Amino acid sequence: MIRFDHVTKQYPNSDIPALADVDLVIEDGEFVFLVGSSGSGKSTMIRLLLKEEVSSEGNIEVDSINVGEISSRDLPEFRRGMGVVFQDFRLLPNRTVYENIAFALEVIGADEDEIEQRVPAVLELVSLEGKENRFPNELSGGEQQRVALARAVVNRPKLLLCDEPTGNLDPTTSLGIVKLLDRINRTGTTVVMATHDHAMVDEMRKRTIQLEQGRVIRDELSGSYRMASQ
Amino acid sequence: MRYSFVSREVKAGLKRNLTMTMALIVSVAVSLTLFGTALLLRAQVDRMKGYWYDKIEVSIFLCGNSSIAFTCTGAVTEEQRVAIKGTLEGLKPTAQEVFYESSADAYERFKEQFEGSSILANVSADALPESFRVKIDNPDNFDIIANAVGNMQGVESVQDQRKLLERFFQILTGLQTFALAIALAMLFVTILLVMNTIRVAAFARRRETAIMRFVGASNSTIRMPFILEAVFCSTIGATIASIGMVLAKALLIDLKLAPNLTFIAFVTWKEVLFILPMLFVVGTAIAAAASSLTLRRHLQA
Repeated sequence: MIRFDHVTKQYPNSDIPALADVDLVIEDGEFVFLVGSSGSGKSTMIRLLLKEEVSSEGNIEVDSINVGEISSRDLPEFRRGMGVVFQDFRLLPNRTVYENIAFALEVIGADEDEIEQRVPAVLELVSLEGKENRFPNELSGGEQQRVALARAVVNRPKLLLCDEPTGNLDPTTSLGIVKLLDRINRTGTTVVMATHDHAMVDEMRKRTIQLEQGRVIRDELSGSYRMASQ
Repeated sequence: MRYSFVSREVKAGLKRNLTMTMALIVSVAVSLTLFGTALLLRAQVDRMKGYWYDKIEVSIFLCGNSSIAFTCTGAVTEEQRVAIKGTLEGLKPTAQEVFYESSADAYERFKEQFEGSSILANVSADALPESFRVKIDNPDNFDIIANAVGNMQGVESVQDQRKLLERFFQILTGLQTFALAIALAMLFVTILLVMNTIRVAAFARRRETAIMRFVGASNSTIRMPFILEAVFCSTIGATIASIGMVLAKALLIDLKLAPNLTFIAFVTWKEVLFILPMLFVVGTAIAAAASSLTLRRHLQA
């Protein structure tokens, strides 16, 4: 469970807060869209959940752990419980698809057998079987994002954070990615996705939290992007 | 943390950054060689001091036929000689041992020291004064001896040989300080070079480290490849410096200097072998400390 308890985030060189008094709960297994225009605070929420940033006021809890109080020593362990996907994929260009995914397991000390077992399985999940020896620049944008998604879930995180994962993709490909996220969500993984892709939000009918200038202005189950365009 | 992962990263990192790797190795080798040389010079000075001071004694030269000191009236007489000897022996324990050296003995020693030198032809036994040689318990007690016998009839002069060497040692100590100062400056440059190399390496691999951070790699997994790279370079540098010092001892000191400068006691292998591990310790410590410091600054956030 994720809890934002009256969270405010003020960046040092800014007059207005990036997040202002955000107070909400996301239950385990939910699929949540964070919507709103650029600068509305979507990315800040994700950065706070990753402890890339620390809130100025209010606490954030993930599974009853106060994120702000995690020491830098315990932070790696905490991050192993979540997967992250970004708009720009962030794949390593000099490594193959297989190596990119295996990298995420290698650096947390997984053993060889585990890697050899999990990587092919997750490649199958994202429908990239047969492309394991390709390099990222030999793949389409959608395929690259699938690799990034595979890397994010290969360690079976409880929580998957996606920051504009379809921002660089065409609508059809985007829908494919979100359908994939939906499939991952059905296996029990909580998915939080920041986006400003209207069509997709409308299509999926999931819980939608709309932010504007750092404030939650709408939070509804089976929402649409409708309000945001008004 | 998996060993194979870290070692693979280190290898890749060293290859990717080959020019910096070379620069780092050379810099470490040069600075450690200087550092080792300074240490060796220090050992050399200590050894020479010990060697010379051990042999040095107070010399009480006795009057010869041509002496012009006011305590001399022609050559020293047997009576005076006995009186001087008696006085010196009465100064125990300050005067630990008293030897008598005749002109003939002095000539023998002189011949030994200047064997093969043309100076021998110009010196006869008569020219060398007879003397008492006194070993004293503490170099500072020279005055006690000088005061006791300095004005006795038959004594031409009292000489503290240590004074002659003091200047020589001052020069050596100055040299040693100079070498140490250069070595420290070089070590400082090496630290800066390590920091810069690691900064460049961290920048070159910022994609990897960013991914490592958000998939939850531990700080040590992220930093270890960089630190090991720096330590690896400095180990090679220390090895080169060690080889240089061993060659200097074998080829320069043992083969060239020692056979020609027999009156100087040179540093032994024991001293050289004592310095070598210090080069490795200093080299790797500097590399490890400088790189972790840099990583703390550049791999955060």
